[in-house]
Amino acid sequence: MMEVVLIILGTILLAPLAGGLLTGVDRIITARMQGRQGPPLLQPFYDLIKLWRKEAQITNTLQVFYAVIYLVFAVLSLVLFVLGQNLLLIIFVLTIGSGAMVLGALSTPSPYSQIGANREILQMLAYDPILLITAVALYLVTGSFKLSEVVAYQTASGQPLLFVLPLVFLTMTYVLTIKMRKSPFDISASHHAHQEIVRGITTEYSGPYLALLEIAHWFEVVLVLGLVAIFWANSWLMALILVGAVFLLELLLDNITARLTYRWMLQSTWVVGMGLAVLNIAYLYLA
Amino acid sequence: MSLINKAIAGSPWLVHCNCGSCNGCDIEVLACLTPVYDVERFGVVNIGNPKHADVLVVSGSVNPRNERMLKNIYEQMADPKLVVAVGACAATGGIFRECYNVLGGVDKVIPVDVYVPGCAARPEAIIDGVVLAVEKLKEKLSGEKGA
Repeated sequence: MMEVVLIILGTILLAPLAGGLLTGVDRIITARMQGRQGPPLLQPFYDLIKLWRKEAQITNTLQVFYAVIYLVFAVLSLVLFVLGQNLLLIIFVLTIGSGAMVLGALSTPSPYSQIGANREILQMLAYDPILLITAVALYLVTGSFKLSEVVAYQTASGQPLLFVLPLVFLTMTYVLTIKMRKSPFDISASHHAHQEIVRGITTEYSGPYLALLEIAHWFEVVLVLGLVAIFWANSWLMALILVGAVFLLELLLDNITARLTYRWMLQSTWVVGMGLAVLNIAYLYLA
Repeated sequence: MSLINKAIAGSPWLVHCNCGSCNGCDIEVLACLTPVYDVERFGVVNIGNPKHADVLVVSGSVNPRNERMLKNIYEQMADPKLVVAVGACAATGGIFRECYNVLGGVDKVIPVDVYVPGCAARPEAIIDGVVLAVEKLKEKLSGEKGA
């Protein structure tokens, strides 16, 4: 029992630290890819402290409530992940968090916020089915939705899931780009294209409340990379290498692609992505 | 406290407002973000949303048509906030100063913290202006603490 409490506390304290550092690395590597020097490594933490110190300006209290709910569920999903709980539960908790963020953005009359919220719903439509198919594929191979048993299966068989489910892994990594808010799917928060819908879903948040959303996003980034790691869970080293490779690939993709429309996002994830994942599962059955 | 001051000084987010500028100063503001000057080294981000921004960069002279717009953007920004007037027009009205339809510099409508001279203002001067604005912000904050 004591151990579980320590793991939960450790996750809550260390995950934002890791998420912030990853964001710092992200910004430096992105700058280098563009031929710039880039900000200091600790820049995301400076931004966060600054936001925390700013005036608390709100449009309505409901907005703040939903921002807190988003953070709580992002933390909860990561805690469940670290404790090796049911993957389906983790996906549902993650979805509730995103749903709260959408409701928070919809609670303000700003058109930019509203468009951002609508696009976030489309993003959820794009990545949620793929995540569920991933969970189903893991179940078919390992016989359990529980992450601790998925890891135990890989340790016992000595074969990483990456080789059993390569197409599912590819599809999942592809849709996790959406969750990481990277181009070509950065359509709801609009990190780099503020001339289009200002800041999309985060437009109406400012100061400390924007900081809450930022921390929640860091938790999500850590969870996303954790989901990548479970595909090579029988070796710590290989899991780290896999996560690093996927992270660098996401940054490369972010820098070499233009943002695309939501139609393209839905078509590519549903038709190509689901097709590949189902093909992988069918192959497992037939082989 | 020093970490907080460092954080505030190290992360000025800009929102850029064109009040009828000829686009000369606007191009120079954007030039600051390019690899040659790369203001992100100092944590500066062109955020494009007044609710997220710390520094309002204004170019161009103010006229009765855009006065309300400028005030609106300024009021949407959360405290502590700063205004940097970039270029001769934003500072004094420039060559349009005497025009019947021009009110004058930005300081006729909202309080300005830093004036950046030049027509068009050079990117180096704009970076200097933003750095000076951040210094003023630090002074303001330490003054509040002392009081």
